[in-house]
Order: sequence, then C-alpha cells, then structure tokens
Amino acid sequence: MGITLHDLQIYWWLLVSIIGALFVFMTFVQGGQTLLYTLGKTEDERDLLVNSLGRKWELTFTSLVMFGGALFAAFPLFYAVSFGGAYYVWMAILFCFIIQAVAYEYRKKPDNLYGERFYEVLLYINGSVGIFLIGVALGTLFSGGNFVVNSMHLSHWTKESYGLEALLNPFNLAFGLMLVFLSRVQGALYFLNGVDEPTITQRIKAVVKRNFLIFLPIFLYVVATILFAKGYVYNPTTKVVSIESMKFLHLFLDLPLLLVVLLVGVLTLLYGIYIALFKESKKAIFFTGVGTVLTVVIVLLALGVDNSVYYPSLVDMQSSLTIENSSGSYYTLSVMSVVSLLVPIVLGYIVAVWRSMDKTKLTINEIKSDPHHY
Amino acid sequence: MEHSALLVDWSRAQFALTALYHWLFVPLTLGLTFIVAIMETIYVKTGDEKWKTITKYWMGLLAINFAIGLATGIIMEFEFGTNWSNYSWIVGDIFGAPLAIEGLMAFFMESTFFAVMFFGWNKVSKKMHLTSTWLVAIGSNLSALWILLANGWMQHPVGMYFNPDTARNEMQDFSAIFFNPNGVSKFLHTISSGYVLASLFVIGISAWYLLKKRDLQFARRSMLVAASFGLITSLFMLTTGDEAAHQVALTQPMKLAAMEGLYRGEDRAGIVAIGLLDTTKEIGDEVEPFVFSFEIPGALSFLGYHNLNAFVPGLDDLVYGNKKHNIMSVKEKMVEGKKAITALGEYKQYKKAGDMPHAMAALKLFEANEKYMGYGYLKDPKDAVPSVALSFYSFHTMVGLGTWFILLFILVLYFTMTNEMHNKKWLLYASLFTLPFGYVAQEAGWITAEVGRQPWAIQDMLPVGMATSNVATTSVMITFWLFAILFTGLLIAEVKIMLKQIKIGPEGE
Repeated sequence: MGITLHDLQIYWWLLVSIIGALFVFMTFVQGGQTLLYTLGKTEDERDLLVNSLGRKWELTFTSLVMFGGALFAAFPLFYAVSFGGAYYVWMAILFCFIIQAVAYEYRKKPDNLYGERFYEVLLYINGSVGIFLIGVALGTLFSGGNFVVNSMHLSHWTKESYGLEALLNPFNLAFGLMLVFLSRVQGALYFLNGVDEPTITQRIKAVVKRNFLIFLPIFLYVVATILFAKGYVYNPTTKVVSIESMKFLHLFLDLPLLLVVLLVGVLTLLYGIYIALFKESKKAIFFTGVGTVLTVVIVLLALGVDNSVYYPSLVDMQSSLTIENSSGSYYTLSVMSVVSLLVPIVLGYIVAVWRSMDKTKLTINEIKSDPHHY
Repeated sequence: MEHSALLVDWSRAQFALTALYHWLFVPLTLGLTFIVAIMETIYVKTGDEKWKTITKYWMGLLAINFAIGLATGIIMEFEFGTNWSNYSWIVGDIFGAPLAIEGLMAFFMESTFFAVMFFGWNKVSKKMHLTSTWLVAIGSNLSALWILLANGWMQHPVGMYFNPDTARNEMQDFSAIFFNPNGVSKFLHTISSGYVLASLFVIGISAWYLLKKRDLQFARRSMLVAASFGLITSLFMLTTGDEAAHQVALTQPMKLAAMEGLYRGEDRAGIVAIGLLDTTKEIGDEVEPFVFSFEIPGALSFLGYHNLNAFVPGLDDLVYGNKKHNIMSVKEKMVEGKKAITALGEYKQYKKAGDMPHAMAALKLFEANEKYMGYGYLKDPKDAVPSVALSFYSFHTMVGLGTWFILLFILVLYFTMTNEMHNKKWLLYASLFTLPFGYVAQEAGWITAEVGRQPWAIQDMLPVGMATSNVATTSVMITFWLFAILFTGLLIAEVKIMLKQIKIGPEGE
C-alpha cells in the first residue's frame, strides 16, 4: 500500500490547519496590542506591555507568512483564486501587517517623524482591523466567494468589490469579531503570565472577563451556524459539488474522533479562562492556547475531510475548491512532505529558546536598564 | 485569458515598486548580520568590552533596517497570489515550494534568534548569544537562498513538465531546481553584493565619525572589519558576477544582447565600457546603436562564453533568426507556440466530450510544439525584446560602481592598517559619498535581472501578459498608490531614525 495523492492532500490540509491554528493562538500579540491603553495607565506600564509583546510579534508575523507559503506550495489554486480574487480583503490584511512590522522598533526611537502615538495607532489597527479581516477571510472558507474557475484552471472574481462583499455576510462578520475578542482574551492572559507588575495584573481579570463574555455568544453563533447550516460537499467519483443540509453536523457524527478533539479543545480553552478568573492562576494562557489550537485545527480540518468543499463558489458551484482539485502534484507534495519533517525541529528550538528567555518575568526595571528596548 | 496591456503594466509597476523598496533593506541585512557576528566573535574571543559596544551599536542600526525589511517583505510573497494569480496556478506547483521552505527553514530561525540577539544579552550565556547572532546571519542568508533559487528558476526553468490535464507545469526534479546553475550563481552573486553593501555602510558611517573627529577608536575598528570583509566579498562578487553573466549568455541570450546594446551579432564581440545609446535606434534598422562608445574588443565573447572568439547573437539575430548560427526567429517560434495553444484547447475539448482518439491526436500535436508555447501568446516578434536602454544603463551602472567599490575597499583597508585613514580626508569623503551609490548599484543589479528578462515572467514559457491576475486595473492602481505612499512614508521615518542614531553614536544616549 503506497501513499496516494489523496493521503498527501489530507496530510497537507492537516499541516495548513495546524499552522493556521498556531497563528490564531499567536494572535495574542495582536490582542495585546489593542489593550495597551486599557491595561497600561502610565507610559512606563505601556512600555512594559509593548516590550513584552515585542519579543513575540515576529513569531506571529512569521506564522502568517508560513501559512501563506504552505498554502501556495500545497494548494496553489486557492492561492490563485482567493488572493487574486478577493483582492481588496487580502491587500487590506497585508497593509495591516506591514504597519505592524515597523511599529515596535520605531515607536520609542527619537526623531521617528510621526511620534509615539502614531505607532501605537498602527499597532491598534493591526490588532483590531487586521485580525477582524483575517477572521472574515477565514469565514469565507465556509460561506464562499464569488469566483469562477475555467477549464484551464484560470480564475476570476465576478464582483467588482473584489472580496469586500464578504463584509455583508453576518457569518463572516461574526467570524472576524470572534477572532478579535479571542485574541484580546489571550493577549490579556499572556500579560498575566509574562509581566510582573501588580498594578497591571490587577486590571487583567476584568479585561479577560469582559472580552470573554463578548466572545462567548459570538463563538456559539459561529459554531451553531457551521453545524446546522447548509454545507458543500463533492462526490468523490463524479467530482460534482452539491449542497447538503447540516453537512458539518453529519461530518462530526461520522468522524467522532474529530468531535472528541474539538470538545477537548473547547473545554481546555474554557478551563484556562476559569483558572484565570477564579483560581488566580498565571498559567491560564497555556490552557487557552492549547484549547485554541485544538479547536481551530479541527474547524479547519473539517473543511478538508469527508468530501468537504473548503472554498465554495457562490456563482458557479462547480468551480468550488476542494483539496482534491486545488492541490499541488504528487511529486511536489511528496517533496514538501519530506521537508515538513523539519516542523518538529523548528517548533522544538522555538520552545527551547523561549523557555530560557522567559525564565524571569518582565518588569519595568528590566526594560529601563536595557538600552535596547522598544 | 489575455489581459489588457494597462492591467499588465500596473501589475508590473506595483511589483517593481514593492520589490525595489524591499531591496533597499534586504542587502544590508544580509551583510550586516555577518559583520556584527564577526564583531561579536572578536568580543567573545578577546573579552574586550569595547568590541561589545561596537557590536551592539551596529546591531541597533541593523534592527532599524530589519524592521522595515520585514514590512516591505511580507507583501512580496502574497503579491504572487494577489497580482499574479495565473502565474500562481501555472507554475505554483514548482514555485510555491521554495517559498514555503524559505518560511520554514529561514524565517523562523531569523525571527527566533533575532529576539535572543537583541534581548538575550543578560538572559543567555555569552556562547549561546554568539551562536544566536550567527544563526540570524545564516537564517537571513538561507532565506535569500530559497528566494533566489525561485527567481533563478523563473530565469531558467528546469526540473518540470507541462501537464495538459491540469494545464500547468508540475515539478519533476527538485534537485534540478536546487542545483539550477542560474539560481546558484544568482544566489551567490546577490548575497555577495549584500556583503559589499553592508561593508560600504559600515565604512561610510565610520568615515563620518572620523571626519567629525569623534568615536575614533570605534570608527577605526569598525572600518577594519568592514574593509576586510568588503574586500574579500567584493572579489567573490566579481567572480560570481562573471558566472552570472555566463549563465545569462547560455540561457537568456536576449537579455545579454540588451544589456550590451548588441543589435547585430558578431564573433569576438566587445563590451561597451562607456556608451550613449541612440534613442532612435529600432530593431532591424540600419541606425548605429551608439552615439559614441568605447569598446573592449572580444570581452563580451569572453564574458558570455569564456572564449574570446565566440559568436554572440545580437537582438536582430534573435528576433529575425540567423540560419548560419542556427537561431530560430521569434516569428517561427510564435507560429509553433500558437499551434501548441490551439492543440491544447482542442485536447481539453475532445477529452471532455469523451472523444479519446481525437484528444490523443491533439495531444500529440501539442507535444510537438510545446517547447515554444509561451511565444504563442506574443503579438509581435519585437515584443520579445526587453527595454534596451534600461537593461544597458542599469547593467553598466552596476558594473562600473562594483569596480569602484573594490578599489575603495583596497584603499580603505590599506590606510586603516597603516593607521593613516583619519588623515586622508579625500578618502573619508569618498567613503561617505559612496554609500548611496552602494544602494544605486543594488537597485541597478535588480533592474538588470528583472527588466532584462521581459516580456517573460518565466523565460520562454509564460509572458507577463498571461501571468497577471484578472482584476480591475483600477484596483491595482489604488493599491499601487497606497504602497507608494505608505512605503515612502516609512522610508523617510526610517532614514530619519537611522540618522539620529548615527548622530547619537556608539557611546550612547
């Protein structure tokens, strides 16, 4: 029994899902960026928060780049159809990340032309608009886009709004808001773990509570919509795409393992919130983090298994993308699979490095004594 | 799916704009990471705290540059999708892999150890810190490796075949792509040019301190490292440049001819060392290409083919064909290409209708003409010629400046070692004023490589006109101007911050 193309496609969809999930977890950086003035009441406090995030922001940024790279290599048709079609949405997302990359380094520098506040606004835009739009874009994987793919596999978008029309769909909006509030909860929990200033930590609890209470109903709405609304499937023999009611509910009942992991993910996330709010634990971020990763992996993975369509076309259903009709060739996916053996090594050194770097928590004094800080 | 010329031009303009901006920052990162790694190694070996100050100072400038490099870099990857979506499908099976590997192998290494390099001075051991600094240098150069292999593949596509069923090129041989001579020479030439730019950067700023008579020891030590590093790497740059030109001659003769303004091919072709192009000159006419020129006989034959007497085809030969030298005309290639395109369409239609005998016949016809399929999309044989003026001037600017850099490194190294540098005002000024020209040479090199391969996105396979995303021209115009405004705004801030840090100097706030 050799490895089939379909196996490779599943493997790569799983990898893309994992990278996507790690990215969503890592957006605690963006969430944190929107809390600078909520949690930091003095300049020193805000500097501390910025520096705490400033040591991690590049990892989040790199995860996003990696997410794009993996999609390009493994599912080039998605890259072509979505990026080249939902043009304005992706461009807006990119602008939100371009401005983040300079903001940390330039914010405190003398002669930075626009002033400290300007760069803080850039961080805020990245944390709010950037994450919201990524959520909207992820939402369209369920709700669909307005594209047509021709027989030569070349594609075009049928709406002049080039992706912005996704903002009219309540499900997409909810998906975006869900990510924003999740990232804020995680950002606050990250500070709880990484920052050692009592004045800040005492404010965190209320922030976690408030943002979680907004997150929860949106999350339930998104989950309910995914489970109970119609979904798109394709016939593995004829490749014809059709609509199935309660597609994803059926999927989870057919594949109980996914359902179990999903539930474990959600419960772990909730447990993290619980120990932060009621047990005074500083380790909550690790639970919400693991919970987020497991939940998002399953949500994304569901789009690639059980004959799901992962990017439905709203104007020409047969143009819809599946992991089968949009992937790289057998050879490329095999080569890339060998390369993917590096993933555990990369994750390993990242964890090892940060364990030694984060042994002591960050304080205002440390930042003041270090000439290189943000 | 042919696109309007306007859309193609705006898409190209946007890619060029973002690439040129990105390229203002990348070469410095490639080289300065190594220079600070060398400096820190000296610090760890000698234990001299002065070297630690020197290292940290240049690291500070590196960070300012690095941030804007990242900002302008993220867009490059995604633009293949947003603006070149047909390209993304037609060659994504090959092109996506190096980009993904770049992310996995290089970016995580860079970003993880970058944080240790900046924030880890008091958190990890001296050795661990030094290792991190070296890993940042290796990581950033590894990322250059993968992106330049990808670029080299666009210049000289290897290791793939066209799959008529998916209507795209699919990877067949990863090692051919990895060892693609065009990619390898491009990588080596590009990173060495980055080392040269970083050396010019350190020398130029150190010269300013010497002119201001401040931070003398710091400036002298920095200069010594940079001039040594610069001289060694500039010689390497010269060698790899020679190899890069040789590869161009073998695989992109049209680019070579444009770079040299060579219209009529000749044996023992010379290199125009200095020349002014006649702007009225057109392909195939009798006008002399140069108003005036100074030529080194035989040099182009030697550069291109490592043989003083070799025949170098000119633009006229390449466009109209040359029987004697067995060169096919563009027109003939276009005819074959159009046959291939038609046959491919028929194959898809017959196959869809289940008419396999006809489908197989069409496939056979396609395969017979497949080699020149890209030419089938061209409208006019002259479209196969890149801008001669841009190619010629940018190439000559790059080579001329590169030669001057080598000379400068020799002089600076000599006078630094004899401890006379601070007295040589003319050389200090020359060092300072050469710095901006380091950037000019970088951009000129990039223009030579990218303009010279027009009209191809993938040499001979996929013209830019076919590669573009099918979006409204106005959308691309809007994002073009947004990029222009944003990147210019960020660049000005970056330069101001950098100048301020230089004024503050190594001894601090």
